[in-house]
Amino acid sequence: MIEIENVRKSFGPLEVLKGIDLTVEKGEVVTIIGGSGSGKSTLLTCINGLEPIDSGRIVIDGTDVHAKGTDLNRLRRKVGIVFQQWNAFPHLTVLENVMLAPRKVLGLTKDKAEQIAVKQLTHVGLGEKLKVYPARMSGGQQQRMAIARALAMSPEYMLFDEVTSALDPMLVGEVLDTLKMLAEEGMTMICVTHEMAFARDVSDRVAFFHQGVMAEIGAPDQIFGAPQHAETQKFLASVR
Amino acid sequence: MFDTTLTLNDLAFLAQGAAMTLAVTAVSVAAGTVLGILFGVIRVQIGPYWSAPLTFALDVFRSVPLLIQLVLGNAFQSIAKLGWGPFATSCVVLSLYTAAFCAEIVRGGISSVPVTTRRAARSLGMTWWQDMRHIVAPLATRVSLPSWIGLTLGVMKDSALVLWLGLIELLRASQVLVTRLQEPLFILLICGAIYFILSFPIARLGGYLEKRWSPND
Amino acid sequence: MFNYTFHWNQALKALPQMLDGALVTLEIALVSMAIGLACAIGLTLFRLSGNRLLGSFASAWVEIARNTPALFQIYMAHFGLGNFGLHLSPYAALLVGIAFNNAGYLAENFRGALKAIPDTQTRAGRSLGMTSLQAFRLVVLPQMLRVAFLPASNQMVWAILMTSLGVTVGMNADLAGVTQELNARSFRTFEFFALAAVIYYVIAKAVTLAARALAWRMFRY
Repeated sequence: MIEIENVRKSFGPLEVLKGIDLTVEKGEVVTIIGGSGSGKSTLLTCINGLEPIDSGRIVIDGTDVHAKGTDLNRLRRKVGIVFQQWNAFPHLTVLENVMLAPRKVLGLTKDKAEQIAVKQLTHVGLGEKLKVYPARMSGGQQQRMAIARALAMSPEYMLFDEVTSALDPMLVGEVLDTLKMLAEEGMTMICVTHEMAFARDVSDRVAFFHQGVMAEIGAPDQIFGAPQHAETQKFLASVR
Repeated sequence: MFDTTLTLNDLAFLAQGAAMTLAVTAVSVAAGTVLGILFGVIRVQIGPYWSAPLTFALDVFRSVPLLIQLVLGNAFQSIAKLGWGPFATSCVVLSLYTAAFCAEIVRGGISSVPVTTRRAARSLGMTWWQDMRHIVAPLATRVSLPSWIGLTLGVMKDSALVLWLGLIELLRASQVLVTRLQEPLFILLICGAIYFILSFPIARLGGYLEKRWSPND
Repeated sequence: MFNYTFHWNQALKALPQMLDGALVTLEIALVSMAIGLACAIGLTLFRLSGNRLLGSFASAWVEIARNTPALFQIYMAHFGLGNFGLHLSPYAALLVGIAFNNAGYLAENFRGALKAIPDTQTRAGRSLGMTSLQAFRLVVLPQMLRVAFLPASNQMVWAILMTSLGVTVGMNADLAGVTQELNARSFRTFEFFALAAVIYYVIAKAVTLAARALAWRMFRY
């Protein structure tokens, strides 16, 4: 369970998170929608401990992420994140990209790490590309590789930060299909996305962020069918 | 700080040496740049196959130590009875040396101009010369200038080697004073400071231009 | 104009001697490169340390190495250090001077290479649970080496060319030194130095080609 309590975060004079409260249960899929600058991507990097927070708490399965003495490296094995820019390691093949962290962070043997990597890469449909370098693949393929790379650590939670925003329209579908598959398998996921149809299809709950505040949260049918907040209505009208 | 016997006259002697360094550099860079542009344009224009001999010759100037080139240049002028003094010989060798590096910079600058841009110019009815002068030259200059500044400073530092031919430039002047006054560290520090003052501000300018004009910013 | 008879035989007879000198040249270049690399890594760490004193020391080294002639640096090692009671042999002075120069240029090269690797790479590594040291060693460093490799191999060629400066401080064992000694005995300046030029050219090209082959093997991506 991820518990977010009254989290505030500023970059200089700009307050990007103004007291966020959100609890995500095991097995739940929560998508976060909202305009740019609404703070949704920042929240994900804070959950993973890549960015510090100014006040409030983020607790994952009883561990306070930002408390002193928290072993963030250990925590991050449990919480995978995939970024908008997939950040493939260009000097490693697809297989080596996925094997690296299981070997060096989890300390698995080469054979075991390879077995896991092959399994995850096959899972996201890259079983044929094991020996290829990332530069030779499309953005969609690299993004799926990044997903496999995170999954190879057997995380219990997955965070997706606008994973399709940097892709050509033609390549968005293959990545969304991968996310759908994960959701159906019961992975606990928080997805920041601009793909409304995807949010509607896979989410258990949809949260709408506006200017650093979570303006509204609810079941997809409610958010998309009968939004309560004026800003939600405005936003949905603009993306339709 | 230093108890020295260095006199004002000696400082004037160092200044003369610095002037010689600058003179050799100025002549060589000017002549080397003209030649370099010529060689660079020829290389681009006639293609890698026909320019292979030129490419090879320029590569030799970049791959053989300058000191050896200076000795060879001097031996050559004496064999050919050209009657060049050390200054002329030094300038000729350094100019060719500069030209070899400059041609490479020019070639890089020209090939950085997109083919489509040049095609657009030609499609407007511009001649080859007009395209070169109004489109390629301004764009290529921008790309090449930081490297060219680096080359100029490199030639200024490398010009110290002309002391081997007996020319009294800055480093040789310092050496003369060292031998006479027996204060090597102090005098060499002054010499180094002069080189540094000549080079550092211009090097910074080059770095600044490179940053400002880099295509990614 | 040319009533001069070239005596190439005399130069060719001295070829074995000159090749011995070429070995010394290569040795000085390699050793100075090894010392230079070690110092450059140290200087880079100093610059990254955030300590102002160490950072200024490293910057001063780099700027002096890059803004004064290599020959000046060798003179400093040979004549200047005498003030501190350190009287280096021509061999040692040449080695110290070139190593100092190499370190300055290599440190600047490393700095550029570090800048060329985006922070997002470190972030991606950290997000997988790597420590910052692991992210640097496994993700940033291998990419940095690729960026730095070709400039570093160019520096190796420069080191070879710089060894010829030893002759000005009385070095007589390297290629330039041997050639100068032969020249002083026979006055066949052009022939001997032309042969030396050919040998320098061959060494420089061999090093360049070897570096390219190595890069091709090491960096397959």
